[in-house]
Amino acid sequence: MQRTLRVYRFDGQPGSQPHYDTFTVEVEDAWTVLDALNAIKWHQDGTLSYRRSCRHGICGSCAMTINGKNDLACEKQVSTIKGVIVVEPLKGFPVLRDLVVDNDAFLEKVQRVRPWLVTHSAPPTDKERLQSPEDRKLLDGTWECILCGACTSSCPAFWDNDQFVGPAALLKAYRYVADSRDEGLDERLSVLDSKLGVWRCHTIFNCQEACPKSLNPTEAIVKLRRRLISEKL
Amino acid sequence: MKLDVTYHRHDVVIVGAGIAGLYAALKTSGAVDTAVVSKVYPTRSHSGAAQGGCAGSLGNAMEDRWEWHLYDTVRGSDYLGDQDAQELLVRDAVPVMYEMEHLGVPFSRTAEGKIAQRPFGGHFGNFGKTPMSRSCYAADRTGHAQLHTLFEQCLKHEVRFYNEFFALSLLMKDGVCQGLVAWDIQHGGLHIFHAKAVMLATGGYARCWKITSNALANTGDGLALILSQGLPLEDMEFVQFHPTGLWKHGILVSEAARGEGGYLINDKGERYMERYAKAKMELAPRDVCSRAGQTEIDEGRGIGGKDYVYLDLRHLGRAAILEKLPQVRELGIKFMGKDMITDPIPIQPTAHYSMGGIPTNLDTEVLADGKRNVVPGLYASGECACLSVHGANRLGTNSTLECAVFGRLGGLKMLDYVRAHGGHTDLAENAAEPARETVEHLLSTAGATGSVRPADLRERLQVSMQKNVAVFRNADGLAEQVKICRELRDEYKRVGLQDGSLRMNTELNEALELGHMLDYAYVIAVCAQARPECRGAHWRVDHPGRNDQEWLKHTLAWLAEEKIRLDYKPVTITRFQPEERKY
Repeated sequence: MQRTLRVYRFDGQPGSQPHYDTFTVEVEDAWTVLDALNAIKWHQDGTLSYRRSCRHGICGSCAMTINGKNDLACEKQVSTIKGVIVVEPLKGFPVLRDLVVDNDAFLEKVQRVRPWLVTHSAPPTDKERLQSPEDRKLLDGTWECILCGACTSSCPAFWDNDQFVGPAALLKAYRYVADSRDEGLDERLSVLDSKLGVWRCHTIFNCQEACPKSLNPTEAIVKLRRRLISEKL
Repeated sequence: MKLDVTYHRHDVVIVGAGIAGLYAALKTSGAVDTAVVSKVYPTRSHSGAAQGGCAGSLGNAMEDRWEWHLYDTVRGSDYLGDQDAQELLVRDAVPVMYEMEHLGVPFSRTAEGKIAQRPFGGHFGNFGKTPMSRSCYAADRTGHAQLHTLFEQCLKHEVRFYNEFFALSLLMKDGVCQGLVAWDIQHGGLHIFHAKAVMLATGGYARCWKITSNALANTGDGLALILSQGLPLEDMEFVQFHPTGLWKHGILVSEAARGEGGYLINDKGERYMERYAKAKMELAPRDVCSRAGQTEIDEGRGIGGKDYVYLDLRHLGRAAILEKLPQVRELGIKFMGKDMITDPIPIQPTAHYSMGGIPTNLDTEVLADGKRNVVPGLYASGECACLSVHGANRLGTNSTLECAVFGRLGGLKMLDYVRAHGGHTDLAENAAEPARETVEHLLSTAGATGSVRPADLRERLQVSMQKNVAVFRNADGLAEQVKICRELRDEYKRVGLQDGSLRMNTELNEALELGHMLDYAYVIAVCAQARPECRGAHWRVDHPGRNDQEWLKHTLAWLAEEKIRLDYKPVTITRFQPEERKY
């Protein structure tokens, strides 16, 4: 079946303007948008640039905007899209070239929340730290994040102020704050408890809608707020 | 065009940011100046796709001993694994698993709060006799959990990351490794990384097959760097086909699906494993299950006579599938339109894991002659390396284990090496050659007429490897593949790009990767042609049976001027003598 793709193009050179190219692709059953982009790159226009690797939704390389909604190209089935398939780079991120965005600022914010286990006591020798299944369950819906950027790119608070650390970084912060093994809340306070931290979120839930892994950063942000307030009381 | 060259100096430079590379970096950072060079952002590495778990005889679910894990690993390897390396693997598994937990890996837990463990194919108790839960897991996203945790620890320890840099060549002088040359994918430009120690941790290379579980990035770059230095590769004929790849896509459906009790079903509705591994059924090792599935398909018992069989989880029930196999279910829904709670899903064998690779000793030092002598300053670890812990067939959950144990160990060994040696040795003046020549040539082809497109050559390589060097092999098919590889290598000289730009030129990446694939795929075909026996994942239908008399030995292969030279070396056997392998 033939499908039409309208693809955002930008060569990354100073002074040059973005434009759209239209391609017609013969699509096979069960093809994803990534399959269609590959067909363009491999058989029509080798200059088309995009990131991809695992092609099954775990590496997080190919987040882009598909018909106005952020998604992973490798998971988005062509058959679920009606009409022309419009493919654009993630909104709110600087574009390096075509569908490739500059992730550096996004990832630097993830780093800012100190996304690692902080402990003050030494672990037991030759054993694991214990964690009850109930405590472990609190992490579900946080640790599965693949850092694709779809959430932060869809966040109006981030569009308004790109210094906002954003939903991905806050979800990552919550992954550690909620971990019964972690003792690092104090270290993270200055980033979390600030105008550019949890209080910047307007609970619009775009991030939840955009997450290809069905995670809910807004909920994590709300839980962080509760935790911060309870710490102050 | 004359490309810019930028110079960097670090004590340790690691190529690849999967579990092996990151664990090594974690061990050297803080003590010495450490950099990681990776062609993808670290968390995009394919370690993150590992699903089912990481093996270790922790004994959290039932009594377990490292000796039992060793026995299973030796037998699983069809006795081609080196037992000294295998012993190191299974003994270190226990402390390394605890260390990963201490680092923060969010393992699933038992009721007592210990690391949860589940059954997996090929792993048993009491020397192959009783069921065993040995796979430590984080739901069915274990690799993801390990990869992200290690990366986050590397951030904490201020490892210097060069993300989206493509390794082009090693810098060698008088047989000593001095660093490497890489291409900056984002901005264009050549970069020299001057180092005291280099580790290759570039991962798997099953991208040269049409149906594969591997990421598009798994193109054996580290192997090609080794071959181009006149150094050997080991046991390249041994590539594992995983029995449960999603039909047509090849995407992995974790063995955890069978570990948790899933069935393999043919067109007649039979659990066909009964005919191939009556005792262990679906928990037989992967090579056995893949041959069974392929035989069902080849003999017309695929579903509706087509080239797939079913993986059926329905009897496990909704709650177990949602709790233990959420990602597996998601893959079925997203890629096959089938919910495993209510439907079986179509699967076929998929090229998955490469047992062979860069020969190293137990300290992960690369072996210059493949046997004894090392290349000072050069290390390899993870799937790209061959110790050999997996021999002719890897057991499920031993892969992320290998990456963790030997990535970590390699880091510690590099630390010793760097501390024992003085400063950086002087580089040759023309260090950036011949990497510069390769890239400048490819860029100069942009827009030229009469050239061959990289994608077309790659497609021909993948289709022919799938036809001739897959689950079942024979002399005619292998001879044909050797011929095809030679032709494709010849045509590669005329490969041309459409994209001549420097920034994010992903067509250039693909052309370089294709060159790498054509190097090692040729080696795979020749090594497979030269081994007339059935052992583990290498199955010659024209030479039935394992031939320990003549072929209980490792293959070594060198590539020079289009010719491949082969040599062999003995297998290290310590505790377990080869015996018939029955499941």
